[in-house]
Amino acid sequence: MSEIVVNAVSKTWGGVGGVNNISFKADAGTLLVLLGPSGCGKSTTLRLIAGLEEVDSGTITIGGREVTHLSPAQRHISMVFQSYALFPHLNVAENIVFGLKVRGVGRAERDERLKKVADIVGLSHLLERKPSQLSGGQRQRVALGRAIIAEAPVCLMDEPLSNLDAKLRHEMRTEIRSLQQRLGMTMVYVTHDQTEAMTMADRVILMRDGHIEQNGAPHELYNEPASDFTARFIGTPPMNIISWQDNAMLGVRPEHVSIVEGNGVPATVKAVEYLGADSIVLCDVKGENVSVRQTGYCSLPTGAQVSLEWQNRHIHLFDRDSGKRRAGTASHA
Amino acid sequence: MVAAVMSAAEPRAAKRRNWMTSINAWLLLLPAIVLLGTFTHYPILSTLYHSFFSLGRGGTSNFVGFENYAYMLDDDVFWQVLRNNIVFALATVPTSIALALLMAVWVDKKIAGRSFLRLAFFTPTVLPMIAVANIWLFFYTPGYGLLDQFLKNFGFASNNWLGDPSTVMTCLAVMVVWKEAGFFMIFYLAALQTIPPELKEAAEVEGASRWYFFRRVTLPLLMPTTLFISINALINSFKLVDQLVIMTKGGPNNASSLLLYYIYEVAFTFQDTTYAATLTVTLIAILAGVALTKFVYLDRRIHYQ
Repeated sequence: MSEIVVNAVSKTWGGVGGVNNISFKADAGTLLVLLGPSGCGKSTTLRLIAGLEEVDSGTITIGGREVTHLSPAQRHISMVFQSYALFPHLNVAENIVFGLKVRGVGRAERDERLKKVADIVGLSHLLERKPSQLSGGQRQRVALGRAIIAEAPVCLMDEPLSNLDAKLRHEMRTEIRSLQQRLGMTMVYVTHDQTEAMTMADRVILMRDGHIEQNGAPHELYNEPASDFTARFIGTPPMNIISWQDNAMLGVRPEHVSIVEGNGVPATVKAVEYLGADSIVLCDVKGENVSVRQTGYCSLPTGAQVSLEWQNRHIHLFDRDSGKRRAGTASHA
Repeated sequence: MVAAVMSAAEPRAAKRRNWMTSINAWLLLLPAIVLLGTFTHYPILSTLYHSFFSLGRGGTSNFVGFENYAYMLDDDVFWQVLRNNIVFALATVPTSIALALLMAVWVDKKIAGRSFLRLAFFTPTVLPMIAVANIWLFFYTPGYGLLDQFLKNFGFASNNWLGDPSTVMTCLAVMVVWKEAGFFMIFYLAALQTIPPELKEAAEVEGASRWYFFRRVTLPLLMPTTLFISINALINSFKLVDQLVIMTKGGPNNASSLLLYYIYEVAFTFQDTTYAATLTVTLIAILAGVALTKFVYLDRRIHYQ
């Protein structure tokens, strides 16, 4: 099987951008998500694995084979680009079998594999169409088809869903994940959307400014954020972070804050967002924002004075200067 | 009462509004109509008209039907300049296109001095044909011209390049290719830059060589540009004759004369305006044929995004 090991890899463009000394491992047959805001180095990392960029230092191995200085083709990978990179003058079938043709696979085998792949991605009825005659979702499927027909053990995806509308994105998310599991591919998936990361990944690597902020399973990033950056990046709405005593910041998830009668942290309601199943109540606590997740509809008017409460087992403490997670708990408010 | 007046006035007001809109539209079109009519449409119709009449020097010109055309088909010089023109087009169009593509691919890469190279390739386009012809006249001068001086080093005798019917067309074609290729390069360069770089990367991941990518992706995506350029080059090869005035005057013995230059000679040297009109109608028919082929046939066969 093909695990990917990235070891102490650096890449900069004249000291600007890129990635700085990152190491991680993607286990064979799993889906690893590289997550982070734009400019954090996640796409660079993917392009380094693909061989579209040359590393400055460090090594990359795929399936136990050192590939650091090999060409993209020699790495036996497939890739899906954000823009899909479909060839506009070729029809769907020709786009999908492009790689097989390059490698000189015979016509009979090509047709057979095309038929199988077209079935998998649901394009059998559109094989004669040009990319310009397809919808965004269909183009996405063509790009997927081109990636899986190679039967490469490793598939790299660079923000493949960012050009789709919300509903389609949700569908394709599930589809890509089940495809990856069915075919047993090792997949590295780049996204800036934490929902995609949380729902699809076996393991998430959150990146920031060219280094790895946290590397863990989705529930680890959610429940034990290693820094206030992770805490603020993961979750919708993200974790509330407010100033606390002892040069610390206190973090608590919106679903762990409740509005109570009587004693608690005094707060003013600024806005209520009704989402259907629950409502997000945005409150002001001494000039800082705290969101509260409440089940069902919330009828609190703007400007209402309320008391907030949370339990000690739900709080996270971060160092104010380094942003790193602190051990221990704070006193109950 | 009021309602009755309103309903009677309404259609009249609407009619007047319509009328004003049309007047407005025609006024906006007027400048273009006047210019096109005076300098394009009227001359074409007038030329066509005159081609059916006798010259009528010092007398009245009579309607002669297709007599001028019959004369043209019997005119050996007409056939020679037409043949020259076709040879000239076949020699310059594919060569300048191939050269333009080569230069565009070269200066599209990230190489040192790229802007300088682009400028150098484009310079011949900026020069007027008259100036270019004068420069090249010195290259081809027998005895002390650049070409002869260069060949003398290898022991070749002096050559009258422009005076020899067997070399004159080649000399002119080389010069025109030199002048035109840089202009066509700009179009290719623009087209190359619209091809997204991810296509190249996607092909690279699939293991396509650079040549394979060029042949299977770049070239097909450049086809609309190639078509546009080839039509332009073809039309240019019929309408660009400035160099003949400077360099050969169509000689020796009409060996380098082209259709348009022959028309000019017939009209202004021989003062045979009706025959010139006949030849002009023929030239317009050829160019219209080329344009129609592009719009009706080729556009449909070539991929447009």
